[in-house]
Amino acid sequence: MNWLIEIVLYLLLLTTAFLALSVKDLLAAAAAATAFTLTMALLFISMGAIDVGFTEAVVGAGIVGVYFIAAVSQTSRRTRD
Amino acid sequence: MTSPSQSVIIIVAGRALAPLIQLFGIYVIIHGHYSPGGGFQGGALLAAGVILLRMTEGRCAAQSEISTEAAIPVASIGALIFAGTGLVTLAFGGHYMDYGVVPVPGIEEPMVRYYGILLVEFGIGLAVMTALVAIFDDMLDDPSPENGDVDAGKPAEDLKRP
Repeated sequence: MNWLIEIVLYLLLLTTAFLALSVKDLLAAAAAATAFTLTMALLFISMGAIDVGFTEAVVGAGIVGVYFIAAVSQTSRRTRD
Repeated sequence: MTSPSQSVIIIVAGRALAPLIQLFGIYVIIHGHYSPGGGFQGGALLAAGVILLRMTEGRCAAQSEISTEAAIPVASIGALIFAGTGLVTLAFGGHYMDYGVVPVPGIEEPMVRYYGILLVEFGIGLAVMTALVAIFDDMLDDPSPENGDVDAGKPAEDLKRP
């Protein structure tokens, strides 16, 4: 049962990573990067590293996502390339 | 983000969530030395509560908790608590952060180590919380439209555009 959850988490990891890199809307890219970090934290916890997963969830999903949004608010919302 | 949000739901949800996040942060700091967590994670949670209030109600909110000017000095005080606890043990002839050598009357050595680690965690939490809030405040500082990008002058309208 545990490997089934991990496979779903890995698929979610790849999906959010691809979304964060490919989407043109920078706010959506920041949200996808935050979802990537949260999935990463869940994977760390499923591997037994509670402390690492907790730090990843707090810093990656809690603080860095907010910093991404603050940085997007200082520039244009869409990429030009 | 620099001005209060237009939606009542967002403001009420932010006001309701921020105290719970900060209570959990204090729990994580206090229980950090024998369970997952610690000063860094608890400090980041405390900072998340303040940043949530500043995001929802504009950057002038929660100034009585941490004002923008006081953030960096309080972070220095937290770093001083962290490093000073180690220096006190040096003064009593032990190694750096070897808390057991400090003679506290009425408390035996294991409990001195226990409270020493708690004091260090408190210093780390204070430093991390105020430093993260200071970074957030600096990122929202007034953008200067005169040097370079035209979009930099109007960030709030740009975010609302779908």
